Amino acid sequence: MPEAALSLLDVRSLTKRFPVRGTTYKLHAVDDVTFTIAAGESVGLVGESGCGKSTLARLIARLLDPTDGRVFFEGQDIGQIPAARFATTPARARIQMVFQDPADSLNPRFTAFDAIAEPLHRLGRLHERAALRRRVEEVAELVGLPHALLGRYPHQLSGGQQQRVGIGRAVALAPLLLVLDEPTSALDVSVQAVILHLLAELRRQLGLAYLFVSHDLNVVRMITERVLVMYLGKIVEAGPSEVIFDRPAHPYTRALVSAVPVADRAGRRQRIAVTGEPQSAVDPSPHVCRFFGRCPDGFARCEQQMPVLAPVAPDHEAACHLSANTAESPCSSSMAAGPI
Amino acid sequence: MTQPPLLAVADLSIEFRTREGIVSALDGVSLSVRRGETVGLVGESGSGKSVTALALMGILHPAARVTSGRAVFGGLDLLAASEQQRQDYRGRALSMIFQSPRTALNPIRSIGQQIADVLRRHANLPHAKIKARALELLARVQIPDVERRFDAYPFELSGGMCQRVMIALAIACAPALLIADEPTTGLDVTTQRSILDLLDDLRRTTQMAMILITHDLGLAAERCDRIVVMHAGHVVESAATSSLFTAPRHPYTARLIASTPRPGAKLADLVPIPGTVPDLRGALTACRYRARCERAVAVCDEPPLPRTETDVGHLVACRRPL
Repeated sequence: MPEAALSLLDVRSLTKRFPVRGTTYKLHAVDDVTFTIAAGESVGLVGESGCGKSTLARLIARLLDPTDGRVFFEGQDIGQIPAARFATTPARARIQMVFQDPADSLNPRFTAFDAIAEPLHRLGRLHERAALRRRVEEVAELVGLPHALLGRYPHQLSGGQQQRVGIGRAVALAPLLLVLDEPTSALDVSVQAVILHLLAELRRQLGLAYLFVSHDLNVVRMITERVLVMYLGKIVEAGPSEVIFDRPAHPYTRALVSAVPVADRAGRRQRIAVTGEPQSAVDPSPHVCRFFGRCPDGFARCEQQMPVLAPVAPDHEAACHLSANTAESPCSSSMAAGPI
Repeated sequence: MTQPPLLAVADLSIEFRTREGIVSALDGVSLSVRRGETVGLVGESGSGKSVTALALMGILHPAARVTSGRAVFGGLDLLAASEQQRQDYRGRALSMIFQSPRTALNPIRSIGQQIADVLRRHANLPHAKIKARALELLARVQIPDVERRFDAYPFELSGGMCQRVMIALAIACAPALLIADEPTTGLDVTTQRSILDLLDDLRRTTQMAMILITHDLGLAAERCDRIVVMHAGHVVESAATSSLFTAPRHPYTARLIASTPRPGAKLADLVPIPGTVPDLRGALTACRYRARCERAVAVCDEPPLPRTETDVGHLVACRRPL
């Protein structure tokens, strides 16, 4: 992208390998990942569990140190700052994180007030009591948490209220980027709907950018403009949300999209069968497509040469030997699809 | 239709004694399951879906007390059964799979041994045949390389594989009814699909009936013949899947459908349900959805909660149905 210099977040060849205990092997959790997020943009990150999406989120939120690659945020290479020290840098206030289970991620000994006040106190240098209270109450209003609940501990709040606190403490310092790791998957649908509306409203009001990690494709489509699809540590497809869900180019994305349950029988898609177990993420071959073996379209070349992300349409990239030229005809001949 | 249902639950009420008072977890729950049928049990957390399942299995928490009701399964009232009778039907005629397979399986026993245990207790097979049958079951649930996996421990398998082992355990004795409590929650959509396809396939080939407990309406719609909607310990609506989705009669069902993200839907289409599930301690209004309901009128407070058949097989517990 030519305007990469203007991006809020610019991630280049980001890699994280975890040592496998007792061996010299490495688990390739995030492997050579490159993408950008513009200011105010909402980007989704989807993929199955174990694909590395949470690790990627934690690398960007600077809770984990990368093995290799760079993370530019507002032009500064924050990937170089050790995660342990990042909490005391000014950039910490500008990248915040919302976690999956608010009951687990909130300090049980902190009231809702304390949880929201803590970052203001530590990073916002807001020490004066009255000013702190004013700002906490402002944040509570922003996230729709009644003032009366500020004195409560997490166990005295409902799941939805807890997540409002979790979001409140994340937006208290007016960050530019919010990394949301499955923020609604522990909630009931009725509460999820409320929180999703809140997140959309906050973004409109505060101009936040989101990296929204989720396995729920229907939710991702609602809340993002662009989507990254991850499979075994690699981004296999990236593009506008509508395009990714309506005209997926990568066989894995097609399988993922077609597996979403649909209530309306007439609206069901052709199902794409994915069989077999995924490859191991421990020292995978650099020459074999990660999806090979489960891919309904795999052929000889996929085993000899790892496909890289290549444009299939404007703003739309896929890492597949087949999609490079068949992007506009999603039903390639060899696809193992059948009616439901 | 004249054939008696496989399972008939009538007027089931369950209370929990807690330090903060008595919680009315289920109140007058009735539902039935026919042979070979898949019935979905849907609702938000705290609606009583799992308590219903645990009561049928006879594995309720000691603080729970059944205050009324019957659950007739194959001529036996499950709620009145002795522990001896329960041990005899559980795992044989009636079995259950749980949400988190990794915690539900025994972590220090190989998966093959765990299946053999069930067969030894119920299957009446000669000792020499047990291992062969266990291997057959593992193959049946599409576990690759069964000879090697027989000796594997749960931690060596992926979540999807563990769920397959749970299914193998549950179907070891060809049960007439399988209760699946959120069998795919926490699994990926692709794995979810293959697990549910497997259950559907087993159901078709063995005429097994299934109660599918889920909070995912899309999934229930895709997999169930009929759906029972629960809210705060009440069954608020039950109907054939297509009529429930095309013409929901209970305001809660309609709201639940509207708050579920559908493929291709916009955020604006997603309408939250006002209010929260009521506190189930102390005095409750006849209709427990009343405080959240935009159609509520004074008469909604008056007991009893009506249970009206608005159409053939379509039951709704509401004074002012849609």
